[in-house]
Amino acid sequence: MPLQLQPNLAEPGQRYFRDFTPGDDFYEALIETHRDLSDEQSQLLNAKLILLLANHIGDISVLREALALARQGV
Amino acid sequence: MSTYTYPKFAYRAPSDLMAGAPQRKPLVVIGAGPVGLAAAIDARLQGLDVLLFDEEDSVSFGSRAVCYAKRSLEILDRLGVGDVVVDKGVSWNVGRTFMQEEEVYRFDLVPDAGHKRPGMINLQQYHLEEALVRRATELGADLRWKHRVVNVQPLDDGARLTVETPDGSFDIEADWLVVADGARSNVRRQLGLDIEGHVFKDRFLIADVIMKADFPAERWFWFDPPFHRNQSVLLHKQSDNVWRIDFQLGWDADPEEEKKPERIIPRVKAMLGDDREFTLEWASIYTFQCRRMKNFRHGRLLFVGDAAHQVSPFGARGANSGFQDTDDLLWKLALVIKGQAPEALLDSYDADRTYAADENIRNSTRSTDFITPKSAVSKLFRNAALQLARTQPFARKLVNSGRLSVPAFLVQSALNTPDGEAFAGNMVPGAPMDDAPVRVAGQDAWLLDQLGNRFALMVFVADGQGLDPALRTSLQALAQAPVPVRLLTVGPGADMEDAQGLLAKRYDARPGTAYLIRPDQHVAARWRRVDLAAVQAALARATAQSSSQPLPHPTEAVAA
Repeated sequence: MPLQLQPNLAEPGQRYFRDFTPGDDFYEALIETHRDLSDEQSQLLNAKLILLLANHIGDISVLREALALARQGV
Repeated sequence: MSTYTYPKFAYRAPSDLMAGAPQRKPLVVIGAGPVGLAAAIDARLQGLDVLLFDEEDSVSFGSRAVCYAKRSLEILDRLGVGDVVVDKGVSWNVGRTFMQEEEVYRFDLVPDAGHKRPGMINLQQYHLEEALVRRATELGADLRWKHRVVNVQPLDDGARLTVETPDGSFDIEADWLVVADGARSNVRRQLGLDIEGHVFKDRFLIADVIMKADFPAERWFWFDPPFHRNQSVLLHKQSDNVWRIDFQLGWDADPEEEKKPERIIPRVKAMLGDDREFTLEWASIYTFQCRRMKNFRHGRLLFVGDAAHQVSPFGARGANSGFQDTDDLLWKLALVIKGQAPEALLDSYDADRTYAADENIRNSTRSTDFITPKSAVSKLFRNAALQLARTQPFARKLVNSGRLSVPAFLVQSALNTPDGEAFAGNMVPGAPMDDAPVRVAGQDAWLLDQLGNRFALMVFVADGQGLDPALRTSLQALAQAPVPVRLLTVGPGADMEDAQGLLAKRYDARPGTAYLIRPDQHVAARWRRVDLAAVQAALARATAQSSSQPLPHPTEAVAA
C-alpha cells in the first residue's frame, strides 16, 4: 500500500459533521501532549512518537516514502 | 468616518413608564446590539410585546463584527432583513491561505450549488444594526434609547430593573428578561455571575481603509508574509470600498503607539506594495478571550450573545453564534409565556446553547493556537503543516486559519426524537436544516423561506399521489392544536416541488418520509412513514411536555 496522502484521520465511533474536525482533534491532542515540556523534552517526545508510529505502520517501503517526503524542502 | 453617517435615534422621556412605577412588562431586552435587536424582532414575530433598553442612541461605533455567516443570513431572512443585509454586504465563499508568498490552502464555504445564501457576507456592523433597528421599529418593538439599566434584581417570577435616563430613574418589572448587553455585560457583573475561560496574550490591529481595489471578494490570510514578518495578516472586503486589514502585533506591542495613524499607514503601504491611494477609515487594537457563563438561564433571566459567551475572532463565531442563541430562545420563550409549554423548555435553551458555545470556543481556540503558537514545538508543527500543505492534501486539512462559523448540530438535545429508522446524510434530529431550491405555486423559491416561526411537518409524497385523505385530514388538524404544526407536502403538484431533486437528496427522503421541523428550522424528528401519534409524541418532546418518557438513545458518539 502506498503512503496515504489524502486526509485519513478519524476516531472510531465518532460521527463528524465538518470535514476539518478530525484533523483538528488530532492536532489539538498532539500539541497538548507537549504542554509544559522544554524544547529538549519535546524533541525526545517527537522522536519516541515517530518510532512508535513507524512500528505501527510496519511496512518499511511506506516508511521510506514518508522519510523521503519529509526530507523535501528541509 | 467618511463612508458612514451615524444615525441618532430619538430619545423619548420615560414619563409613560414612570407612571405608577413599577410597571410590569411581559418581556424586556437589555442591549440594542445585533443580538438584542434580533431578540426583539423575533419576539414581535412571535406576537409578544417587547420593551428594549439601550444606554446609547446610535448604532455601534466602527465596523466591528463584519462577517455574517450563512446560518445568520438564514435567520435574518426569517426575521425579514435578509435581503437588505445581503444586498448591502459583500458576499463571498472562498478563503485563501498563504504561507509567506505562496498559497497553501484554499477553501470554499459552500461548494454545493442550491443554497439561497452565500457562505458569508462582510458588512460593517453599523449597517446591520441600522437595518435591525428599522425592522424592530416597523414590527412595533418598543425601543428606548438613552435608557441605562443600572440594577437588576432577580425575582421568583421575573426581575426588577432600575433604569436611568436623562429625565431621572425609575423601576420597572419584567416577567422575563433577555440580557444582551455585550461582552462586558453590566448585568452579569452586577449579579456576580461566573464567566470562565482564558485570555490570549496577543494583540491585533484592525485597520479599515477606503480604497479602490480589484482584489476579489475573498478572505485572504497570510502566515508570516514578507510585509509583516513572523505575524499573521487577514484581509476582508466590506461594503462602500472599505477593506478590513487585521494585523497580528504580538503581546509586547504598545496599544497606544500602534493606534497612531503614523504607525498604521506604513503597515498598510507595505502590504499593498504599491502607491495605491487609500484613506484610513477606522482603527482599533484588540485582545480577546474565550470564555462562557456556566449557565445561560438564571431563572427568569436569559443571557444571549457576547454577554453569555466570547470567542477569539478567528472564525467569526461571535455575533453569528449570538443570532443562533436568539433563534433557539425566542420560540421557546413565546410558548412558555403563552402557557403552551412548561418553563422546563427554557432549560433546553441553556443546555443546547452552552453545548454550541463549547463547540465555538473549541474551534476558535484551536484556530488561535494554530495562528499564534504558544511554544517553539507548537510553532514547529504549525510550520511543518504549512510546508507540507503546499503539496500534500492531508496537510491542507490541518492548516487552521479560522474555522468559519457554522451552526452546531444539536444532536444531544433533549428535544430530539431519536431515529427509529435508517437515514443517510446529515439531517439528523437536532440538525440545522440544509437549504434547497424548491418550486411553490409554480414559482422558484427556497426551502428555508417556507419554514420558521412555527412547527412544520414536511411530508414527501409520491408522484401522482397525494397523502391518504384520512391521514391528510388528521395531519391538517394539527394546525389547530395549541402548539400548531403546519403540514407541508413535497412532491409533484404538492405544496412544494423538489424541482432539482436536491431536497430529497439532502434529506435522504422517499415518498412517505416525514420531518418534524422546529420553529428555528432545526430537525426535531423524522420517519419513513408518518403517523399522527408519532408526530404528537415528537411534538410533545420538542416542547418539553414529555421529556421524562424513556426513549432509545443513539449509541454513536458525535463530534461536530
